Amino acid sequence: MAELIATSPLRDLTPITIGNVTLTEGIPGQVWAVLPWRGATEAASTALQSAHGLPFPAPGNLHKAGSTRIAWAGLDQAFLLGTTPDTALAAHAALIDQSDAWAHLVLSGPATREVLARLVPVDLAPAACPKGSARRTLLGHMSCLILHPGGDTFEILVFRSMASSAVHDLTRAMTAVAARDLRGAQTPG
Amino acid sequence: MRVSSTWQGESAASVTFTFNGQRVTGRAGDTVASALLANDIRLVGRSFKYHRPRGILTAGSEEPNALVTVGTGPDRMPNVRATVQEIYQGLEVVSQNHIGPLHRDLMAVNDVLHPFLGAGFYYKTFMWPRSFWERVYEPLIRRAAGLGALSGEAGGATSEKAYAFCDVLVIGAGITGIMAALTAAEAGADVILAEDAMVAGGQTGPQDGQIGDLAAGDWSQTRLDQLRAIPNVRVMLRTAVTGVYDDGSFAALERTGLHLPPGPDLPRETFWRIRAKQAVLATGALERPIAFPGNDRPGIMMTSAIATYAERFGVVPGRRIAVFATCDHAHRTIAALARQQGFSKLTVIDPRPDAVALGDYRLIAGAEVIGTRGRLGLREITIRKGGTEQRLEADCLGLSGGWNPSVHLTCHLGARPVWDEARAMFLPAPGAVPGLHPAGACNGTLSVAGCLREGQAAALTALRAMGRKPRAPALPDASDDPGRGRTLWAVAAKGRAWLDFANDVTTKDVKQAAQEGFTSVEHMKRYTTQGMAPDQGKSSNIGALAILADATGRTISTTGTTTFRPPFVPVTLKAMGAGAEGKGFAPERLTTSHAATLARGAPMIEAGLWYRPSYFPAKGETTWQQSCDREVRMVRATVGVVDVSTLGKIEIMGQDAGAFLDFLYTNTFSTLPVGRARYGLMLREDGHVMDDGTSARLAPEHFVMTTTTAAAGQVMAHMEFTAQALRPDLDVRFLSVTEQWAQFSVAGPLSRELMNSVLDDPIDDTAFPFMGCGAVKVHGIPARLFRISFSGERAYEIAVPARYGDALYRDLVARAEVLGGGAYGMEALNVLRLEKGFITHAEIHGRVTAFDIGMQGMLSGKKDFIGKAAAGRPGLLDPARERLVGLKPVDPDGVLTAGARLFKPEDPPEARNDQGYVTSVGQSPNLGHMIALAFLRHGPEREGHEIMMIDALRGIRTKVEVVPPVFFDREGGRARG
Repeated sequence: MAELIATSPLRDLTPITIGNVTLTEGIPGQVWAVLPWRGATEAASTALQSAHGLPFPAPGNLHKAGSTRIAWAGLDQAFLLGTTPDTALAAHAALIDQSDAWAHLVLSGPATREVLARLVPVDLAPAACPKGSARRTLLGHMSCLILHPGGDTFEILVFRSMASSAVHDLTRAMTAVAARDLRGAQTPG
Repeated sequence: MRVSSTWQGESAASVTFTFNGQRVTGRAGDTVASALLANDIRLVGRSFKYHRPRGILTAGSEEPNALVTVGTGPDRMPNVRATVQEIYQGLEVVSQNHIGPLHRDLMAVNDVLHPFLGAGFYYKTFMWPRSFWERVYEPLIRRAAGLGALSGEAGGATSEKAYAFCDVLVIGAGITGIMAALTAAEAGADVILAEDAMVAGGQTGPQDGQIGDLAAGDWSQTRLDQLRAIPNVRVMLRTAVTGVYDDGSFAALERTGLHLPPGPDLPRETFWRIRAKQAVLATGALERPIAFPGNDRPGIMMTSAIATYAERFGVVPGRRIAVFATCDHAHRTIAALARQQGFSKLTVIDPRPDAVALGDYRLIAGAEVIGTRGRLGLREITIRKGGTEQRLEADCLGLSGGWNPSVHLTCHLGARPVWDEARAMFLPAPGAVPGLHPAGACNGTLSVAGCLREGQAAALTALRAMGRKPRAPALPDASDDPGRGRTLWAVAAKGRAWLDFANDVTTKDVKQAAQEGFTSVEHMKRYTTQGMAPDQGKSSNIGALAILADATGRTISTTGTTTFRPPFVPVTLKAMGAGAEGKGFAPERLTTSHAATLARGAPMIEAGLWYRPSYFPAKGETTWQQSCDREVRMVRATVGVVDVSTLGKIEIMGQDAGAFLDFLYTNTFSTLPVGRARYGLMLREDGHVMDDGTSARLAPEHFVMTTTTAAAGQVMAHMEFTAQALRPDLDVRFLSVTEQWAQFSVAGPLSRELMNSVLDDPIDDTAFPFMGCGAVKVHGIPARLFRISFSGERAYEIAVPARYGDALYRDLVARAEVLGGGAYGMEALNVLRLEKGFITHAEIHGRVTAFDIGMQGMLSGKKDFIGKAAAGRPGLLDPARERLVGLKPVDPDGVLTAGARLFKPEDPPEARNDQGYVTSVGQSPNLGHMIALAFLRHGPEREGHEIMMIDALRGIRTKVEVVPPVFFDREGGRARG
């Protein structure tokens, strides 16, 4: 029997370092959409808590327990990351595999927020987007989910098919931000 | 003339640039304007209409005269204000709007012809003959008009767009803005201080005395340094706030790299979108010119500009300087200048008989300037005092007619400024922009202490509006005397007196407009073009409407202003559209088979954002048609593989999933057995077809829907709306899984053989009959298999998690080739579906009904669904509607084209005889002629009729026969197998 070789969404497009910011591909893990049935959000949260030690997140939140995380991802929707959902959850929520649907980019370094300010129309300053935040927003023209595990690191999930465009846009923003330092132009923020 | 070579207290390096090819040496920190003045170059450009010699009027971004072209090649930028552009080594600057050298402009003949070129000249002159307008006059006028030109070359250094957020946005870093920013920052607010100029301080200078224990001119820089050290403050110099929008949104343009040599990476400009909870407007005021004959010569400039060139750049713009002033503020400025090097022979002409000299300069009180001389630059002025006239030698004349508050941004949401009779100023209307608090000179407050007070008060108001309880620190001591002044819009004297320097509009033009009935300020503006130049009338609007008020016997208040619109300063399209060039225009969606497809040499076509193969050229094939024909025959004879991952895939789960689909689709899905797929039709609420596709039932409460590639997003949004707004009673959840699954169609008589070579457990027609579906394993990987066909052949669609897409596609194509088949592209896919009469969005383009496409039978009578009521309207069921038919050429060699119109052969091809149109065409290799789908009045009733197809655009006329839309295997036996 032949074997099908798995390909990552970003293939060889990363890592990229420009200035003090580095773009890498996140470790491809399990991503499962958890969509509680009508009126079952609380029950789903309880089931998540007992199975994975995580609640169903409030809008904008990212929770972590060991290597498992859960991120708010939209109306009645969360992404369980890093594990396959416990079968007991199926009674309370629709569970849909999204592990192959997203390219997972990790941007880190001191000027990360300035880079993202070129592409993302929401405020990612620590006061507005503290550690443990999840934002459903845009990266340039692309729909995305941004996770902030803390520090100067942001994780960006974009459609797998758009991975190369995301790298293109991020690279351009990284170049522009780095050039301000190099050329001695003022650096707002 | 340069008298000091320091820049902000430090000795500045010399910088060489060129002006019209001539090398000019300035100092680091100079603008083009200050460097030219330092080198005694006064003639900088030619005026828009009369090509009069023009110099530098101001020292800021409001400059109407000194517009130059900067840079070369794709980086060339026209209409750059010389007063804003900073110099750098190697900068190339050229003057605009002249034929031949600047000092001998051939177009200057226009100035001699001025009696014929007044207001409304075009409208009166170019009326006849009518046909000449488009072919002769307009091109001629367009060539003569305009200032600088773009290079026409693409590329060059990039610009960027960015977002910023803050609690308090302070617009303007004069003393008012700095006071506001300090107040807000000390209260802990997140502050952005945006300043148009390259330095803070605005118009404040030695004339303003002391602020606390600092000289007024030094206070701003000292405090700015303080502000920069506060972490919650962002100081953005060279950043003009250009527009005010809803809910605290502001646009701003940063000259990020325009002051540096163009480089590959540093953006030239940054177009900011700033979201602020509150804002303080501290944009200051612009000094008001005075209209008098010959007031436009190089050497005539605003008094505040003379002060700025002296204070900031160490440049004295003349050797014999006179000032025509009507207010005390100008006297203070002159008194301060008179103490400096290079200002020994100052004369001030003031129309106020009681004016008093405030320093060491000559004052001619009760007098006016009524004329000027000097062909390429000011040489002499004529002064009238009482009944006598005298001439005075002067190479620089300062103007100061008072101040116009910069209220522009307060008007961007529709408010009109309010005329204050006592101060003779337009002031911001109270509450003009919610959350934007005007303070200082832009609010009509001119004293130093008043500006500081208002800056602080505006910041406190903003802080309180955000729910903070700030304290008000003590303000530094400063002068609280705004000074007095007299309003003088225009001097009563014979000759042309300019109002709008940029567009060459004189007081006479405005009066003429009024005489000819254009008495509304908006009409006057358009008739004379006053205020329509790149400076948007910053220096001339108020003066022009005052003249209009006078000419029409109205007050300034009732005359009103024209509409202030964004942007406040010119914004390049390059900045606004930054990031959208090249691959930034739209994201590219690449399938998992993209690399393998490119490796096979397939040209790609765009389908929405997706890239799909057009065809796969085989050895010896020179045209796409050859490849397409081969691929079509291949699928009909053996087996073909095509990536169909681009189709929308939506997972639908829940106890009401079936009921939800019944409501979405016109036909019934709740009765569909598990393990089967069904074709479905979806309507919009208006009864027209929205999309079609198949939905498969994987489990009792689990469906997967496919949509067309084109409508995937629309269908998803439609489903969200339906679930949230129309049927919240249903317990259903759904999510797009388009990106999760790579899906390939394997089509052709040998498709089952191919599938069985990759599946862990072989399938037969009992387990997978036509429209069957189910879980399978391919090379050990769990997958989904659907037996559906878009080609009319036996066909399967196999879906695997996207990570395996690349590997599976390569494997399937390789195996197909062994069986005599291979990969096929969109061209072949299109012909295959056309032969079968399958529709795409070329047919269901948004204006057709199920009735039109012959699918009225799919509208279930047993249940309700979206669009049912509207689809039953009589007008949508009229047999005379344009309805789907097939077309074939009567002559087998006849050419059919998509978009062509249909006529009865006997009718002249005119719109009133139109019978319909062609939507899709293709060359059928199986039939040996072209085939088409079309919409034709009474369509199916006319089968067998001959119709004339006319493509007027391509000049094609083909006689066609109306046939049923299915051309091949009408019974469908091949797909059902």
